[in-house]
Amino acid sequence: MIELHDITIRSGPFLLTNVGMTIPDGTYAVLMGGTGQGKTTILEAICGLRTVTRGQVFLNGDDITRWKPGDRGVGYVPQDLALFPMMTVRGHLEFALRVRHCSRGLIRDRVAELAHVLGIESLLARRVTNLSGGEAQRVALGRALSFRPRVLLLDEPLNALDEATRDRLCQLLRSIQKQSGLTTLHITHARTEARLLAEKLFVLDAGQLHERPLTELTHPIAGSTEA
Amino acid sequence: MNESPASTTSLGTSAPPHRAGSDVPFFVVMGGLGGSFVLLIVTMIAADLAFTSPAHFSAALSKPEIQRAIWLTLISCSISALLSIWVATPLGYLLSRFSFRGRWLIDTIIDIPVVLPPLVIGLSLLILFHLPIGGTNLEQVMQDRFGFRVTYAEPAVVLAQFSVACAFAVQTMRVTFDQIDARAEQVAMTLGCRRSRAFLEIALPQAWRGIVAAVTIAWARSLGEFGPILVFAGATRMRTEVLSTTVFLELSVGQLEAAVAVSLMMVVAAMAVLGIVRLVGTKVIR
Repeated sequence: MIELHDITIRSGPFLLTNVGMTIPDGTYAVLMGGTGQGKTTILEAICGLRTVTRGQVFLNGDDITRWKPGDRGVGYVPQDLALFPMMTVRGHLEFALRVRHCSRGLIRDRVAELAHVLGIESLLARRVTNLSGGEAQRVALGRALSFRPRVLLLDEPLNALDEATRDRLCQLLRSIQKQSGLTTLHITHARTEARLLAEKLFVLDAGQLHERPLTELTHPIAGSTEA
Repeated sequence: MNESPASTTSLGTSAPPHRAGSDVPFFVVMGGLGGSFVLLIVTMIAADLAFTSPAHFSAALSKPEIQRAIWLTLISCSISALLSIWVATPLGYLLSRFSFRGRWLIDTIIDIPVVLPPLVIGLSLLILFHLPIGGTNLEQVMQDRFGFRVTYAEPAVVLAQFSVACAFAVQTMRVTFDQIDARAEQVAMTLGCRRSRAFLEIALPQAWRGIVAAVTIAWARSLGEFGPILVFAGATRMRTEVLSTTVFLELSVGQLEAAVAVSLMMVVAAMAVLGIVRLVGTKVIR
């Protein structure tokens, strides 16, 4: 469960005030809104990469507002994916497990399981610098899921992909989320993507975050596109 | 009578056809101005080459004091370059990644050795080691506690080189880390890393080109250092003489041939170092 209690985030001249949001356990929530409204800032605040100057952030009932990013148990896929250029695909899937001093056997089994689910078994030895867009998205998703996070945060993860790849990844995201029951917050501009994935819809407009009924996805929403 | 090229459209009168003309004058002027500097350097080196001969080289290389100067130069430049990268990597990273109060002051302080006259660096080091503090001074402390002299000895050569070279290494490392996206380190932290591990496992491996470039630049700067060494280490033959001071010493005793031969050795060393920077670190420095 993700709860934001009237949080205020300041980043230079940018200010987001009194943001509130509740995403129940196991729910796939989609956050939409125009460019520059602060959607990414909200995600970064949940990750611990932005300081929350007021209010509280709760994950599964724990007040994590002042916790370090690494202690929060958040799986995060940023917009630019931010893969580690010097690492192989296997290195990405192993990274969080190595940080947690997991046993070799556990790491091997988890990497094999993730690679199978994401369909990237053949890529494990490859460097990430020469992957296609869809492959890179899967690796970033695998890296975020590798340590079985408490929640999953996705910042426009399917941007810049062709329609067929995006549809396949949408189905993959949905099936992973259903199997794992992971509470997920997904930022997108695309209403098609939101219709396929959303169980709960939030719209950030003019600094105000509101929950909207899913039926609104049939109409244009501020900052959204159809595809 | 010719028909006017201008015609009237629904958006008004369109502009007459226009030919942009040749770009040759542009390249002649720009190439001429820029090329004059390249020509100056090439002709200087060519003049050195024309002045000297293989016999001058072998005569210079056979002198024991020049042989020792070459060794001291190689060793002191290498130590200075390694010390510089040891300091420049953390400092460049901190300045690149964090905004904090007074950062501008740190930036300014680091740039002081770059803009100060080299002699002033040497003089300041001399004053630092001989300023009386509580009845003693730093030089005395180094001799009493650690058993070696600094001023007018080999350590002074390294310290004088390091004081200038490190500033250039810090600039290079800062640019290097500026060009590495911090987002990957942030993601690593969400995966459970402390900042130190994100630096060591994510940022540092990406910075290898910058590290090679910074070491090379620090080495080259150390090679060319003269003023601070002259003031702080002296130019004592068979003791604190390095190649840059050899040129000065040979000139002062009227050995122009030896001075030119040593100068050309330094040119070759500098070109080799700059070649490495171009090959390895171009992406980072530019």
